[in-house]
Amino acid sequence: MRFDTGPSPQWRAPGTVAAMMRTVVLALVPALLAHVWFYGAGILVNAGIALVAGLATEAACLRLTGKPVGRFLTDGSTLVTAVLYAFCLPPLCPWWVTVTGMVFAIGIVKHAYGGLGYNPFNPAMAACALVLVTFPAAMARWTAPDIGDLDYARPTVAATITYALAGSLPAGTGVDAIARPTTLALAREGLGLSRTMDEIQAGPAFGDFGGAGWEWIGNFTAIGGFALLLLGVIRWHTPAGVLGGLLTCATLAWLLDPDTHPSPGFHLFSGGAILGAFFIATDPVSSPATARGRLVYGAGIGVLTWLIRAFGSYPDGVAFAVLAMNMGVPLIERYTRPRVYGRPRA
Amino acid sequence: MSEPVPSDPAGFDAQPPRPTWGVRTPLRKSVSTREPILVAPAPARVCIPLVQGETPAARPLVAIGQAVRCGEPVGAPAEPGLPQVHATIAGRVTAIGPALVAGAGGPVPCVHLEGTGGDERWPGYTRIAAPEQLAPAALLEGIARAGITGLGGALYPTARKLGMSAGAGVVLLNGVECEPYISCDDALLRERADRVVAGARLLVAALGARQCVIAVKNGMAEARAALYHALEAVADPRLALSVVTARYPAGGERQLIELVLGREVPAGGHPADVGVVCQNVATAAALADFFARGQPLISRIVTVTGGGVAQPRNIEARIGTPIAELIALAGGYRGEPLRLVMGGPMMGIALPDDGLPITAATNCLIAATALDLGMAPGGALEPEFPCVRCGACVEACPAGLLPQELLAVARAGDRAGLAALDLGECIECGACDYVCPSRIPLTSVFRRAKAAG
Repeated sequence: MRFDTGPSPQWRAPGTVAAMMRTVVLALVPALLAHVWFYGAGILVNAGIALVAGLATEAACLRLTGKPVGRFLTDGSTLVTAVLYAFCLPPLCPWWVTVTGMVFAIGIVKHAYGGLGYNPFNPAMAACALVLVTFPAAMARWTAPDIGDLDYARPTVAATITYALAGSLPAGTGVDAIARPTTLALAREGLGLSRTMDEIQAGPAFGDFGGAGWEWIGNFTAIGGFALLLLGVIRWHTPAGVLGGLLTCATLAWLLDPDTHPSPGFHLFSGGAILGAFFIATDPVSSPATARGRLVYGAGIGVLTWLIRAFGSYPDGVAFAVLAMNMGVPLIERYTRPRVYGRPRA
Repeated sequence: MSEPVPSDPAGFDAQPPRPTWGVRTPLRKSVSTREPILVAPAPARVCIPLVQGETPAARPLVAIGQAVRCGEPVGAPAEPGLPQVHATIAGRVTAIGPALVAGAGGPVPCVHLEGTGGDERWPGYTRIAAPEQLAPAALLEGIARAGITGLGGALYPTARKLGMSAGAGVVLLNGVECEPYISCDDALLRERADRVVAGARLLVAALGARQCVIAVKNGMAEARAALYHALEAVADPRLALSVVTARYPAGGERQLIELVLGREVPAGGHPADVGVVCQNVATAAALADFFARGQPLISRIVTVTGGGVAQPRNIEARIGTPIAELIALAGGYRGEPLRLVMGGPMMGIALPDDGLPITAATNCLIAATALDLGMAPGGALEPEFPCVRCGACVEACPAGLLPQELLAVARAGDRAGLAALDLGECIECGACDYVCPSRIPLTSVFRRAKAAG
């Protein structure tokens, strides 16, 4: 009897890149649901628009570079980029903002560098940074979360879609009327006016630690993050580095002067800290492949995030911190190589 | 850099530290250990290779048409220290010439025998009453004469390996069998632990070593108990038992030295550089078979397993037996096996044909179905994806290499880069390949790069 032959290993562990991507998206579902609960369906509308724009750009780029369109279009990586990008966008966001960032993420950041696996920068964060600096007004118009205010007017799904596509809300509910600055922006503004953190955090937009509502989204994001850890999709090094770096800086500053520095809890539960630690900094392509390297890389993101929040001109710094550390990846990998078996200990 | 070996042998019995490298795989060994070892009857014909491993071929001692008895020398070693080759059945020489055998890249010189029906033994070898009292030189000479080679799969001539390792203080007997599916060493330890222990004492005597550690894998409870009793029976303070983690490749020579003794073989060096000689447990048993029972290496235990055979089991088979006969002894094929693997699924070789004869290296034959291999029913290979730098290969590599960087450098044809990343230390265990979610054939790429460099 004759048999097929092939090189060893004769078998493979289950698990593919596409399965990894699907698991990441599933792990984001709790955070998405919490987002919808507090901010309405805006994030889903934005993610949908980003996905359509992303897939169209991806298909065009694959065709241009002569790669198999069907295989790469279904690998799930564009879906992950679209969802993570949507977390950076305000719930009410004009479609051209969303599309601009996404076309840039897929067309330039990903495919101009060779496509999946070759991008030195995190596409979702590059898109986020682009729209932050290009459309600062649109990006600053965050709606208030639904935290039980009596005068809260939640934009309906239809109104959200209309705003995204046509740029206007139904009569009587102009976006400026329901827009609020984020808590990180409020803290920055308040500190600029020489108010103490205690006075600032007495405001209605603040919850126990971070923004009211937003801190719950943080909790649900962490659930998904821990699921990824347990499933072995991500390793602990990067999240530990990010949160360790951010909280160390925040704690030291807060101990020095709690009036002018937000508490570590505020830093943890505001902005993109938890999402960044578990879902963004862990993007394998744009982060180091060595365990020690991931710790260093994560810590760098944590420290830079705190520095940008404390001294920079943007309220949140996760996107910029990630992009800055992306640039350091080759250097970090070079200096964090594991010791080869049988080579002397350095 | 080497740490002293603990003088208390009991110290080895503790659970060793968990390695930071390696992969956990399904083991699938119990399917083939339900039945005891089946001693196969002498086959009707055999094809005995005159070459073992990388050494020069033995010179035929017989002529076509000559009658030989089982255990009679048919090949004289080309160099001193290389193993002699024996007839594995009683019969008549039908041909001498190149033939394909399991695992060889091309035809190798072989002696073909056709059985006469009987199984008369050659009376040239006699048992020795107290072999461990022989001088080391006499033991080494006997090991070569018995035709003993490393039965772990590498087929390195045992006498030569021992001769090159003079002065090594520790014999490390490898019964770990970290590859999935393979259970021949487990079966050997369960049923013939006394022979392994006797062989261990002979290896210690041949080397003048201080100590011998027999390593088994966590989970091999029956083998461990049998070994424990066999060790108790001889009460030799130089022998100890060690249990290592069930992680692949814990049974790799270098990895086992690290796990059991806390020593690392220097890059580019040999285990003897850190005072260690590694031998497989089956090799030790072969020593005992020769010196205490007068039987040269004419057979070995082969695990015949996989979803594609009806009754997976261990079979003690004569070297040179056609694979198809072993499959028949295991109840024949069942279903539609896709591949016939010699060895384990991690490092094993996919054989093209079940008509090939087994060699001393054939520790396992897997008639593997799509289910065994985790493939789609038709056996179609999943297409390769770009590397997403997930780092799974870095975690898996037992040598501490960076497979994802080696891949990029190898594909760019950068020889200097490969050397800088220590490609030479790759043991081709396949762990990186196994875990890769992009299905990149890393091991094949590295094998080719090593061959080219």
